[in-house]
Amino acid sequence: MQKITKSQLVDKAVSLLADGTVSAVLGWSMGEFSYDVTPRIFTTEDDIRKSFVFNDFCGANLSKYLVSKTDGIEGKLLVFLKPCDTYSFNQLLTEHRFNRENVYAVGIPCSGMVDISRLKAVSGDGITKIHEEEENLLVTTIYEDNPITVPAKDVLLERCDNCKSKKHVAFDELLGDSGEVIESARFDQVAEIEAMTPDERFAFWQSQLSRCIRCNACRDVCPACTCEKCVFDNPLSGAENKSPANNFEEQMFHIIRAYHVAGRCTDCGECSRVCPEKIPLHLLNRKFIKDINEFYGEYQAGAEVGARAPLVDYTVDDPEPCDVLDRRDTDA
Amino acid sequence: MLKCPIDKMDDVFEEIAKIAKLYLPVDIGESIVYKPWEKGDVWSDAVNTSLSPKELFFPQTENLMEFKTEGKSIEVIDTRRENGPFVVFGVRACDVKSIEVLDRVFLAEPVDSYYAKRREEGIIISTACTRPAETCFCTTFDVSPQEPSGDISSWKTDEEVFFKANTEKGENFLKKITSYIVECDEDRVREQKEKILKIMDKLPLKNLKADAFGGGKTDEFFCHPAWDELSGSCLGCGACTFVCPTCQCYDIKDFNTGSGIIRFRCWDSCMYSDFTKMAHGNNRHTQKERFRQRFMHKLVYYPENNEGIFGCVGCGRCIAKCPVSMNIVKVMKKIGGK
Repeated sequence: MQKITKSQLVDKAVSLLADGTVSAVLGWSMGEFSYDVTPRIFTTEDDIRKSFVFNDFCGANLSKYLVSKTDGIEGKLLVFLKPCDTYSFNQLLTEHRFNRENVYAVGIPCSGMVDISRLKAVSGDGITKIHEEEENLLVTTIYEDNPITVPAKDVLLERCDNCKSKKHVAFDELLGDSGEVIESARFDQVAEIEAMTPDERFAFWQSQLSRCIRCNACRDVCPACTCEKCVFDNPLSGAENKSPANNFEEQMFHIIRAYHVAGRCTDCGECSRVCPEKIPLHLLNRKFIKDINEFYGEYQAGAEVGARAPLVDYTVDDPEPCDVLDRRDTDA
Repeated sequence: MLKCPIDKMDDVFEEIAKIAKLYLPVDIGESIVYKPWEKGDVWSDAVNTSLSPKELFFPQTENLMEFKTEGKSIEVIDTRRENGPFVVFGVRACDVKSIEVLDRVFLAEPVDSYYAKRREEGIIISTACTRPAETCFCTTFDVSPQEPSGDISSWKTDEEVFFKANTEKGENFLKKITSYIVECDEDRVREQKEKILKIMDKLPLKNLKADAFGGGKTDEFFCHPAWDELSGSCLGCGACTFVCPTCQCYDIKDFNTGSGIIRFRCWDSCMYSDFTKMAHGNNRHTQKERFRQRFMHKLVYYPENNEGIFGCVGCGRCIAKCPVSMNIVKVMKKIGGK
């Protein structure tokens, strides 16, 4: 159960729309079931009261939509941001991807969002209703007479299990409380993979990436992937590839993408959330974050607007290339 | 009607694998895939495989031919390999119907010989759905989950698996599988069918109707104002098209190997910005136009060209896999008013 209710968000949206602070609202829209929430723009009070939703399934990070939705907008767009979404928001501002004046950001607390696949692994299919009651989800299915009780904390998205921050780093207004940056265990699995032998590590990634179907969902949802024309979509780039010719090619796509967002990825976890094949893509990005932290000192992309990221900055204390090579030799 | 004890199915799989390459739905991690059968593989009970059996007849990537040049001569090499007979086991009713949708595209003149070859070599053994998911809406498109078609239909209960041949190909094949399969009556199957119908009646999307759509409705829906809102959420990725059992668009490209050219085709998505890009550019400039194309194709254009048959089979994969949960059900309800 979230600390803030849907009706609080609805009231806020309606009042900001009514007093002219904003001309449109970017939020989450109710679906056919409790869990199939779709991000979209609302422009009328009626629509907001009818379709706006905020529940344990509002994992979608709305920040990236600001790039396209504020383009040519008259007035301001209201956006609701969970703590982790605010990091993407700042990173996009750092990269001048949208105009800050066109946005009215309302920070909202988040108790962690639910992963429907994990929930279904417990409840089974045939869900007709999910009722949020305190810390539990009461799941009604067509196969069971009584609702199945599932503690929400057992079925959170991976990124929420390893939540890195309850702190809002950007907002015009806060609804409810903001928290603190959290010491999380998010690098533990990266460390486990680092501890593997090269062959084991190769086998691990091959088993994961060979499932890739090149649907580009990871790229298209990623707030760090906002190129007007992706190199992989450009027939003139020489790197365009629509199809996975073999496992190697899939690995190249994901590794190139991870390099491209290195130092800019805020670890929002959207790539892994949306992957239809459930590939833990966030681990590639976290490897880069962990390395950057170790080489240059702790750095969190999006923590502040305009920060000089270590990979595009120079200081005299930067490690020499030979230090990196030395580490590689002792690592392997 | 024939039957086999459930605990003897591994032996049946072994027997099938001796005469044809057998693909069985198997749980691997969080994916459910049609995997070439190996001893020890467990037949998945999942209602949907992650990717549909489409990939076995129309692979995601396929080499069409190779060219090699030497001096002024050019050699054209046929890259097709003899695959031999194969069996796709446990195909759900919706997915069998999807193959029929693909047939109308690939087997119409001019026949796609690559696809036709696989259809000729492949035997589809379908299995009735005992645990449909809330995302299922196959009955909207006249699919009967209790009575799946294919060369052979099967029904799985806790104790037995029942088989019935529907085609000559299926009948001939069943004759070859002799051990553990015996004649039986249809009582248990009839019971299961009734049970499935009762479950279908509880599904949340059971009242979804496609009546508003069909051939000749282009003008009615093309300029519908709701396309803006619906497409506004779309990220433009290809997840829906690739998990869709009926999406059949592909791209053909030449790959320069340095010593020759490989001409291949691969799945394409109308959601992509470079889909059907031509010399003058792209004829669909915005995501709205691309998004509209996908749904108009399934709900209006395909039925227009195929005697009213829809290009969707209600498998529900797009509902489960879309990153932003935008899908054909939401589109139908919004623009079809039901």
